[in-house]
Amino acid sequence: MAAGDDVTIDYILTQVFNGLVVGGFYALLALGLSIIFGLLRVVNFAHGTMYMLGAFVAYYGAQWVGLPFLAALVVAPIVVGLFGILLERLLLHRLYKLDPLYNLLMTFALVLIIEDLMRLVAGSLGSPYPIPDWLAGATNLGFTLYPTYRLFVVAVCLVVCFIVWYAIERTPLGARLRAATENPSLTRALGINVDALVTLAFGVGVGLAGFAGVLNAPNTNVVPQMGDAIIITTFAIVVIGGMGSILGSIVTGFAIGVITTIGAVYYPPISSTLPFVLMAIVLLVRPAGLFGSAEGAK
Amino acid sequence: MIALLGGRRGFLVGVVTLAIGIVLPLVPGVYTVFAANLVCFALFAVSFDLLLGFAGLLSFGQALFWGGGGYLAMLSLLRWHLPGPFAIVIGTAYAALAALIIGRLAVRRTGIYFAMITLALAQLQYFLVFQLGDVTGGENGLTSENRGAFFGLPVENDMFFYYFVLACAVAVVALTIRIVRSPFGMVLTAMRENEQRAQSVGYQVDRFKLVAFVMSGTIAGFAGTLYALNNRLVGLDAVDWHTSGKVVMMTILGGIGTIYGAIAGAGLFESLDYFVSKTPIGDKTNVVMGTIFAIVILTARRGLVGEILSALRDRAPTPLEPEPEPEIGVADTV
Repeated sequence: MAAGDDVTIDYILTQVFNGLVVGGFYALLALGLSIIFGLLRVVNFAHGTMYMLGAFVAYYGAQWVGLPFLAALVVAPIVVGLFGILLERLLLHRLYKLDPLYNLLMTFALVLIIEDLMRLVAGSLGSPYPIPDWLAGATNLGFTLYPTYRLFVVAVCLVVCFIVWYAIERTPLGARLRAATENPSLTRALGINVDALVTLAFGVGVGLAGFAGVLNAPNTNVVPQMGDAIIITTFAIVVIGGMGSILGSIVTGFAIGVITTIGAVYYPPISSTLPFVLMAIVLLVRPAGLFGSAEGAK
Repeated sequence: MIALLGGRRGFLVGVVTLAIGIVLPLVPGVYTVFAANLVCFALFAVSFDLLLGFAGLLSFGQALFWGGGGYLAMLSLLRWHLPGPFAIVIGTAYAALAALIIGRLAVRRTGIYFAMITLALAQLQYFLVFQLGDVTGGENGLTSENRGAFFGLPVENDMFFYYFVLACAVAVVALTIRIVRSPFGMVLTAMRENEQRAQSVGYQVDRFKLVAFVMSGTIAGFAGTLYALNNRLVGLDAVDWHTSGKVVMMTILGGIGTIYGAIAGAGLFESLDYFVSKTPIGDKTNVVMGTIFAIVILTARRGLVGEILSALRDRAPTPLEPEPEPEIGVADTV
């Protein structure tokens, strides 16, 4: 199917759905990164690691106590979120007064430690996580038979992204969060506990990564290095969307998923490089990112 | 800290470092190829220190130059059947050119953004290397049976090649020290301390940053070509982002902005990594290396050499100004 002429509309539509699946994961991860970046000014290198941990919580949950998939979708993000809160309180918190690059380096150290610990625990070969029975099989979309689980992924990603967007843009807690992002010292002066918000933001951000990990577990092998490649692509997406922009992360995440999948139809090797090429172009044309404010450009 | 590089004390530190370099492969139990790798990594770390310690730019994409140089060197040997010196020149030239292109994009931004952009562009090269498998060997990398012809020099002798690598490294490090102590280096440091002020006295800040970035990338590429020739192979790990992270760890472990700190850090890191790999942990050494790095970031941000310098200063009879915390990069808007 590499040649352009014999590509049918149905085929392209199928690829759009495939792109939305990939894009959904990008969006969830980029969203979490953006929330964290907005409040902490930390680019969380360990985001892919938290995604991997989410998948492992689901895997070991199923192995040890027979944790069902839907329960894992709730439990794993909470476990990963609490673990993130612990890390934020114990480690990241101590470095806020310094250049944010120190925290970038701290999260990098966490990647190395946690990933190799998981390799010691779980080995490097990986373990399959089954698709739950009620989501197995395929659904007729009219133009093609499409795996039900992947449709579920797209729907869940869209719903979760909407809920998070709504919570941040339309609720009182979200308003505080945005206020603390915009101007931490003024927000603090109004009697709002910014420190608690920062911790919460980190917990929620990595919790979203954990959620994405569970959701992707039935799609791939659960391996300690599963977060390695996806996190760098997510970085490129966050730069394209505009660092810290909530809407930008979601839209760019889905868009990059679709664009790279369609691109791969015409020229397969392009799929993994395209996000970075697009990033370079965006940086040249609009340094603040597609959805970023000009002041964030520096 | 720059005082370390000049005057009598600087000369002394340089002589001691050189002496260690000369003796290293003669120490019983030290594997010669490992020793040469260590020198390559030291040079790699120096390239990074030039960028972070003096221009204040934290690149998370140094593997692009190191690995890219290595790949071009091996391609020169294997596909184009060129002699070894040409492999080194081509690999280094590729790194310089790549640094020029990437630098033009990246130096427009600072701090976290600079780190992410360099990281992402290095990943672009990683995927290219991965996907152009018929040229680059894909996951297997490129392996050569020899180091290429070197005008009749016995480079296949590991001991000879070690001293060749050492001579190259000494020349480049000496040049680097010369550069950071030159008026150009002073301007870099001034920019790192206060970019606006440097700009307001008329320096084209981005131009200076770009020059520093290209120099750093060129040195990293040079080190990478030597590393590839030394091992007679280059693999995907050379262009992977973990390698970019490794050089960051080495330099900060040793102490930034001191050149010798980067060398010490590289030596320390590689030796520790080697010893840990001999324990039951095996190849999961990052558990230990990551923990050490985290502790350094939390408690000893001046790094090994920086902490020693500041301890010496505390004992000095005339109290000098306390060494400030190292500033890495210009802080972004908070």
